[in-house]
Amino acid sequence: MAKKQSFLSRLRSGLLDGRHAVIAIPYFWFLLLAAIPLLIVLKISLSEMEATSVSSMIDWREGWPKLTLNFASYQFIASDSLYLKTYLSSIKYALITTLLCLAIGYPFAYFMARSPKHLQPMLLMLIMLPFWTSFLLRIYAWKTLLVSNGVINNVLMSLGLIDSPLAMMNNSFSLLVGMVYSYLPFMILPLYANLSKLDMRYLEAAADLGTSPFKAFWLITVPLSKAGIIAGSMLVFIPAVGEYVIPELLGGSSTLMIGRVLWDEFFSNNDWPMASAVAVVMILLILLPMAIYNKSQTEQMEAKA
Amino acid sequence: MSLAMNKLFAKAWMIAVYIFLYLPIITLVVFSFNDSRLVTIWSHASLRWYEALVKDADLISAVLLSLKIAFLSALMSVFFGTFTAFALNRYKRFKGRTLLSSMASMPLVMPDVIVGLSLLLMLVSVQHWLGFPERGLFTILLGHALLGTAYAAVVVTSRLREMDSKLDEAAMDLGCKPLQVFTLVTFPLLVPALVSAFLLTFTLSFDDVVLSSFLSGPGYSTMPMVIFSRARLGLNPTINAVATVTITVVTIAVIASSFYTSHQERKRKREEAQAYSDSNK
Repeated sequence: MAKKQSFLSRLRSGLLDGRHAVIAIPYFWFLLLAAIPLLIVLKISLSEMEATSVSSMIDWREGWPKLTLNFASYQFIASDSLYLKTYLSSIKYALITTLLCLAIGYPFAYFMARSPKHLQPMLLMLIMLPFWTSFLLRIYAWKTLLVSNGVINNVLMSLGLIDSPLAMMNNSFSLLVGMVYSYLPFMILPLYANLSKLDMRYLEAAADLGTSPFKAFWLITVPLSKAGIIAGSMLVFIPAVGEYVIPELLGGSSTLMIGRVLWDEFFSNNDWPMASAVAVVMILLILLPMAIYNKSQTEQMEAKA
Repeated sequence: MSLAMNKLFAKAWMIAVYIFLYLPIITLVVFSFNDSRLVTIWSHASLRWYEALVKDADLISAVLLSLKIAFLSALMSVFFGTFTAFALNRYKRFKGRTLLSSMASMPLVMPDVIVGLSLLLMLVSVQHWLGFPERGLFTILLGHALLGTAYAAVVVTSRLREMDSKLDEAAMDLGCKPLQVFTLVTFPLLVPALVSAFLLTFTLSFDDVVLSSFLSGPGYSTMPMVIFSRARLGLNPTINAVATVTITVVTIAVIASSFYTSHQERKRKREEAQAYSDSNK
């Protein structure tokens, strides 16, 4: 009791002092809107759907609470091979997207960091500008480009390069084009931030010692930009795993993505426990990449400090 | 490879990436002026889809709702994001700092569907106990403000790191109280960052479809929700017209704000140099 009182008085005096208020305001905000909601998802994933509401986990019987954990949703995910296939397919598409973004974005960021200093702010803004214009509209734009009577097929056919339209829509090609297109800036920006700070003297020293530019690139530039590579890859991979809008608009029915399964469980089947269980497993999948990302960010901050 | 070849290759690579990034946007704009009902076949130039757009009551009311939500959620995001950035950067050590920083980065990295689902389930439980809030404008606003706070915190943080803490210390040495330090020194220096955080979170909210779909109730459709449901059904030239209007407004705003920011930056540097040379006289 005494302890509680001291806690309350501490809380009262703490709120009056600026430092505590500055910390408490964002703390409550994020606890309420980020942490507690995730715990509720975990809770609901362990309950069952009863008619229109979710079964209560704690049951009061004879004055004693009885905790019921219901693993039915998880058992279903484990037993139905479609879920496993969809998780694997989401990881596959996210991984391919990350590798393609790296393959396109790394040379780009490298060349941008080497271009004349006065041009760099403009080149950077041209990368950011599409990011500011609606993501949804840009994905829609790819639809108009890729469909069988779409702009690309029309142009190719009128030039006589192809006789019949190429099947570029509603398959893994259109899905990957959309994903790479949307996530490429997330790869380029951290890489550019990293590569533009690279000390050129290392490369000059290597050249003086007779290293070929190609070898110097692999032995010096790439290892020194490791932090940028990790940050960019995680910023692409993590959201790509759970992507919903791009597969829905460009992927067609044949490309399996877990974000769509979650959406359908929730909106079409109204099965909240199932949607929650799908979400919990998805979080477990991205936990490791998230830990890698956080570790690299902290290391970078410590290096700066 | 010779040096000239290298340079040529670098240029070609960069141009190819820019074409990849801008091709869809340019197509959207060009075909918004196409007379044909078929989005992808050019007939001749006309403004008929803009006329259709002006008469499209559903879309207009969705745009107004989106603007309202984007404005309010951007204000909330900047407010909470600034507090988050201060808590994480000015107070290096306090209990639960790691928890706060991971909670603040959660909306940045979590897939939208999980953020949307978790927020909705939380709001449904709250409504179960307290009888409010009803799903609608307020719940969408909370979702967008959560996402925006995380982004605003990043923007403000990067400014706080650049800022010289010596200025704060000098103000305190001259007898400023902490609140005065904030209003007289820190805040004026932060304004450009707050403006860009506002613009960023405004566009994030204006663009969001997943969170809104989870959090909205009957009668509350934002512009992206309307566009998304139409785009799912097929191609629709009015979407091109909406896109062109949005892109024009956003491009002007981004260019104007980047001029404003660089102008402020130059002004601040000039003033600092002036103050420094005055103090050395």
